Amino acid sequence: MTDDHNKTEKKIDAVSGVQTTGHSWDNGSLEELNNPAPRWWVIVWLITIVWAIGYWVVYPAWPTLSGNTKGTAGWTEYKKLAEDQAEITARQNVYLGRFEGASFDQIMNDPELYAFAVAGGRAAFKDNCATCHGSGAEGGKGYPNLNDDDWLWGGDIETIYQTLKYGIRSEHEDTRISQMPSFGKDGLLQPEEINQVIAFVQSLSQGHEGAHAEEIDAGAQVFADNCAACHGDNGKGMREVGAPNLSDNIWLYGGDHDSIYESVFNAHAGVMPAWVGRLDNNTIRELAVYVHSLGGGEATPAAEGDDQPMEEAAPVEEMPAQETVKEPENDGETSGNNEPEQEQPAE
Amino acid sequence: MTEKQAGTTNRSKSNQPNNSAGAGNEETFSGYFKKQEKVYPKRVWGRFRKLKWVAMIVTLGIYYLAPFLRWDRGPNAPDQAILIDLPNRRAYWFFIEIWPQEVYFLTGILVTAAVALFFVTSLYGRVWCGYLCPQTVWTDLFVWVERIVQGDRNARKKLQEGPWTLDKVKKIALTHFIWLIIGWCTAGSFVLYFNDAPTLVQSFFHLDVSPTVLAFIVGLTLSTYIMAGFAREQVCTFMCPYARFQSAMFDPDTLIIGYDEQRGEKRGKHKAGESWEGRGHCIDCTACVQVCPMGIDIRNGLQMECIACGLCVDACDNIMDKVGLPRGLVRYDTERHMKALVKGGKERFRILRPRTFYYGGLLALVGGIMLYGLLTRAPLELHVLHDRNPLFVRLSSGEIRNGYELKILNKTHEDHNFTITVSGLNDAKLEVRAPGDITPETLFVGADKVGHYHIFVSAKVEEGNPLPVVFTIRNNENGNTDTYDSVFITRRTKL
Repeated sequence: MTDDHNKTEKKIDAVSGVQTTGHSWDNGSLEELNNPAPRWWVIVWLITIVWAIGYWVVYPAWPTLSGNTKGTAGWTEYKKLAEDQAEITARQNVYLGRFEGASFDQIMNDPELYAFAVAGGRAAFKDNCATCHGSGAEGGKGYPNLNDDDWLWGGDIETIYQTLKYGIRSEHEDTRISQMPSFGKDGLLQPEEINQVIAFVQSLSQGHEGAHAEEIDAGAQVFADNCAACHGDNGKGMREVGAPNLSDNIWLYGGDHDSIYESVFNAHAGVMPAWVGRLDNNTIRELAVYVHSLGGGEATPAAEGDDQPMEEAAPVEEMPAQETVKEPENDGETSGNNEPEQEQPAE
Repeated sequence: MTEKQAGTTNRSKSNQPNNSAGAGNEETFSGYFKKQEKVYPKRVWGRFRKLKWVAMIVTLGIYYLAPFLRWDRGPNAPDQAILIDLPNRRAYWFFIEIWPQEVYFLTGILVTAAVALFFVTSLYGRVWCGYLCPQTVWTDLFVWVERIVQGDRNARKKLQEGPWTLDKVKKIALTHFIWLIIGWCTAGSFVLYFNDAPTLVQSFFHLDVSPTVLAFIVGLTLSTYIMAGFAREQVCTFMCPYARFQSAMFDPDTLIIGYDEQRGEKRGKHKAGESWEGRGHCIDCTACVQVCPMGIDIRNGLQMECIACGLCVDACDNIMDKVGLPRGLVRYDTERHMKALVKGGKERFRILRPRTFYYGGLLALVGGIMLYGLLTRAPLELHVLHDRNPLFVRLSSGEIRNGYELKILNKTHEDHNFTITVSGLNDAKLEVRAPGDITPETLFVGADKVGHYHIFVSAKVEEGNPLPVVFTIRNNENGNTDTYDSVFITRRTKL
């Protein structure tokens, strides 16, 4: 439409007294008047041009063959970023000093420090932990869900901190470590025995349906002889050795027959790296508070039930008992009841 | 025609868009740009001038003094009656307090203002433009300063066009100095609406104001100085959108300022004692042109520039009194009425027309909704956001747990404790993850604050579609409640 006009003679419009531009539409019934713009408007326009030129001088603007003009102010995106980061660091430092000096108990009772730790931990988690545990810490097969209340090595804050710091089956000398034997592969149990123990273990959480009583009873004997040393007489696990509770509803490597068979036959031994030396202590502590805040965190004092939280520093060693029973786990968290976990290479 | 001619000589490449009569028929191309013609409005007396003074005193009085009004809101809130507290994200207007979450109130206020403008325009034409618009009011004030310092129209014009003498320098400098003072007061008052007024005034005297405040004051001082001192009628003509869409709101019954052509023409000079036979009542004294702050000639008919301030009516009435003719040659009138007069008929004013009613109805409706909203504004509000990652967690007991982010808006000015409950699930357990000894029964939220809490709800439920649940927050002290609908998720969505 815009270009679909006729050229007519410029003339003075009778009604307005204004000259036309010579453009007309609709057979001359619509004409464009050439009303002049106010002069101040032009001056403002010129000022903006001058402003733009000043901007080119002061700031990086024009591309050149070797890059771009730098501008006299020396402004760069990198400097701006560094400034912003410095500002953020300064804001963090207000709390960091207090955080550093506070015990976990103090942090858990101080709204400001708690919020600071959770926020910092959330960010650090996404950067460092989410690769295995998922961005929402929901885990996956072989990688414990950190939101639930099932912990392999213990779920109080000190224990979580310990796990984070030294890892599980990591290369650090203070790492948590334990190893479940590969009952099938190493010929410790016959396939029939494995099936029996699976029937028993499944009955712990699912009741007796679908399995013969004799098979379960036989499995109970196999369990008592081979598994109870680590997993406990009633299959409730043992946190000292990271042996999962086999009687609950959470299965790190799957709770169906085939998955359990695979776990008993080959055993699992997941690995979590030690974070000491990679992350500074404050970040590890923030992560501990964050993981504890996800919903499964346990109270620090006297542990409940059979499981005691881990001691502070001392990672547990191998099982005391003979090689028979044991099954390692990865970091302290959720994991399912019976069966071993992890498929990552352990030792 | 002296005024017009004077104007014409000013236009370097003369062009008179509003002059239909022709004074510039031989104009050729008018140039791409037009210099602003300085308008020297002459002093005038009369009804509408008085009304404008009253409007100016009232509006400026409100503007400059309102920040100092106090309004007691108790110990946990500011006591300034009108305050926009940006750092704390609160706006106060006497008994009304608005939170950022309630920005729809702001929308409501703007809609109400727009409809009110339409409504008033449908009743009385551009009464806003002529009497109440800040641009008009401040320009009027600045012109008044100009007149006090430099004298009336002719003196000002002479001074402006004359050579630079010491006297001229002194007068011009004084004028601009006073303008800047007014601008500074205007800017200062504006800033007061965003800060505690007495405190800020005090810190002014101690020369201790923040750079932000200072930047606003400098900016607004300059904009007042430029807009009211120099841009003036240019703002109405070239910048203001309201002036433009005015034309869409006018109809033949809109009250406008009109020159009674039937009675006035044919115009011409008149000497005392001459007969009025065979000529119009307009004596072509150009009083109406001289007083016009927009610099137009109302006798050319309704023009976009006209802000309907009525000064030309006063000017003409004064002249008519002097020559002994009835007033009203230039008057507030409607197009329909004037046309009817030409035909010899009489047409009454139709102030009430369909559009009056529908603007009025709309205004009542929007105002009613606003009023209802403000009167029933809840002192307590709950927002619940379901965790998205993870959506749910299966616990070792077989129960399913969902996490929720609670926002509890305590809009009272006292600290309160709240209890959160959930319905829709059997034997649901609530747990709060928060520092200290906080339980679902003791959620503390400070006065005038938003409390954030993360809570977990766990229940023994079968996997299935999301279950509807309702959260209820209750104020432990006064029993106020609010609810929020959410869901309880038990499994991943099957794709």
